[in-house]
Amino acid sequence: MAVILESLLVQLFQMTIILALAPLLTGLVRKVKARLQRRRGPPLIQPYRDLRRLLGKEVVLADNASWLFRVAPYIIFAVTWVAAALIPTFATGLLFSWSGDLIAIAALLGSARFVQALAALDIGTSFGGIGSSRDLMIASLAEPAMVMIVFSVALIAGSTQLSTIAEHLLDAHVGLRVSLALALVALVIVALAENARIPVDNPATHLELTMVHEAMVLEYSGRHLAMIDLAAFLKLLLYVSMIGCIFVPFGMVHASARPLAYLIGGAAWLAKLAVAGVLLGIFEMSIAKMRVFRVPNFLGAALMLGLLGVLLLFVSRGM
Amino acid sequence: MLGLDFDIAHMLAGGLVLVSFMMLYQVRLYALLHVLALHAFVLALSVSWQAYIQDAPHLYITAAIALVFKAAIVPWALRKMVFRLGIHREIENVVSVGLTMLGGMALVALSLEVMLPVTSGADPVAREDIALALSVVLIGLLMMVTRRNAVSQVVGFMSLENGIIFAATGARGMPLVVEISVAFSVLIAFIVIGIFLFRIRERFDTVDIGAMDQFRGGQQ
Repeated sequence: MAVILESLLVQLFQMTIILALAPLLTGLVRKVKARLQRRRGPPLIQPYRDLRRLLGKEVVLADNASWLFRVAPYIIFAVTWVAAALIPTFATGLLFSWSGDLIAIAALLGSARFVQALAALDIGTSFGGIGSSRDLMIASLAEPAMVMIVFSVALIAGSTQLSTIAEHLLDAHVGLRVSLALALVALVIVALAENARIPVDNPATHLELTMVHEAMVLEYSGRHLAMIDLAAFLKLLLYVSMIGCIFVPFGMVHASARPLAYLIGGAAWLAKLAVAGVLLGIFEMSIAKMRVFRVPNFLGAALMLGLLGVLLLFVSRGM
Repeated sequence: MLGLDFDIAHMLAGGLVLVSFMMLYQVRLYALLHVLALHAFVLALSVSWQAYIQDAPHLYITAAIALVFKAAIVPWALRKMVFRLGIHREIENVVSVGLTMLGGMALVALSLEVMLPVTSGADPVAREDIALALSVVLIGLLMMVTRRNAVSQVVGFMSLENGIIFAATGARGMPLVVEISVAFSVLIAFIVIGIFLFRIRERFDTVDIGAMDQFRGGQQ
């Protein structure tokens, strides 16, 4: 009973803290980029201020918007939040960790994207159409790559459950695995594409030739936009936590540990987030946005890396 | 578990296949030459690791040949050649990069499927070296088939030769004489190809192989 209570507490705490920290991570990335451009940049808490301002503004709806357009932001936010809550961030003993399956998380994010593309098509503007078709093209390439990554990680750890994978990689003697390195690079590429970060999409542009994610949410305003923005912040945090959980699980806390261990785990997680945010900022500054037609090659490389990792695993397991 | 020896050999072999794929992915000529140098460098690392675990000092010489000739001199000479030919644009592929990479993946799968059952019972390091070396060779061939530019076909040929050396070092007891003569003949081939490139260029004003099709005799 005490164990269940503890895991429930940890789960609730995690759900709150990811929601609280997600805008801060995006703020950090923006700050790093601004500093590298020798600008002062907005303060770290600017995303919170934006969200508060958007929540207070009235919603402007197109005349021909259906119920789908109004419901979509809440669905996207809820689904992304659930997916983020399933990722073990600082502790593996979460109440829902039995369902924290990589394939389930990919499916949740896929349904969020589906709803977003539908909502973008709903009001019938040309930008919504461009955005959703481009986004689905990117997704149709990113998802097979994601499945390949899941395969190679699952072949090493013997499970697709994130908490089991983290515990396996933390405890067992895994040795030197080239497949894990390939999977890491592939997952970083997929994460960049899924979060609409720079080589694939620019989160800060409204130039019609290049925008993908922004084109889809162009018609949203007020609290709807706040929900969509918050979902995007959460998604970035989700991918960073997922990479941290699989590839650098150091400092993760096992189930039923002492309170001090939770503190260490939390501090380790925060450090991982900070490092990832700074690295993402530096990466985005040092690379140019790709043409949309080159994105398939970029994501094809992720798919190829994942596939190569799986093949190499079969070689070393067949010995 | 097979221990750290196997893990490191596996990692280097996997790295070599990965660099082969990077070659397929590259569309710029200079970047392609850099990747060729990296390919030879990974080969040298892998061969010296083989020398260490097989306790075969003559393999260090092979590694040194790979490092000096293939990682430094050949890419440098190709670079000068590209500069003198005045071609530093993007390479034209016959088929798209994505399709080529899928073909490469299929070739890797094929070589694993062929080599692993055939060599069962042999030393695990040698087995997986030979399987992955075959895929490096096949990817080199694929590169020669899918590129129009003669210089990138030379690069494909060089990476193919790296794959052969890699296979030879994985198996125990290859004499050094064979090794040196292979390296020497590749160098000769390189020089011949180099002269040939300039001849092609003089005659057709381009190194694009596609341009030669119209000069083909026969059914005109």
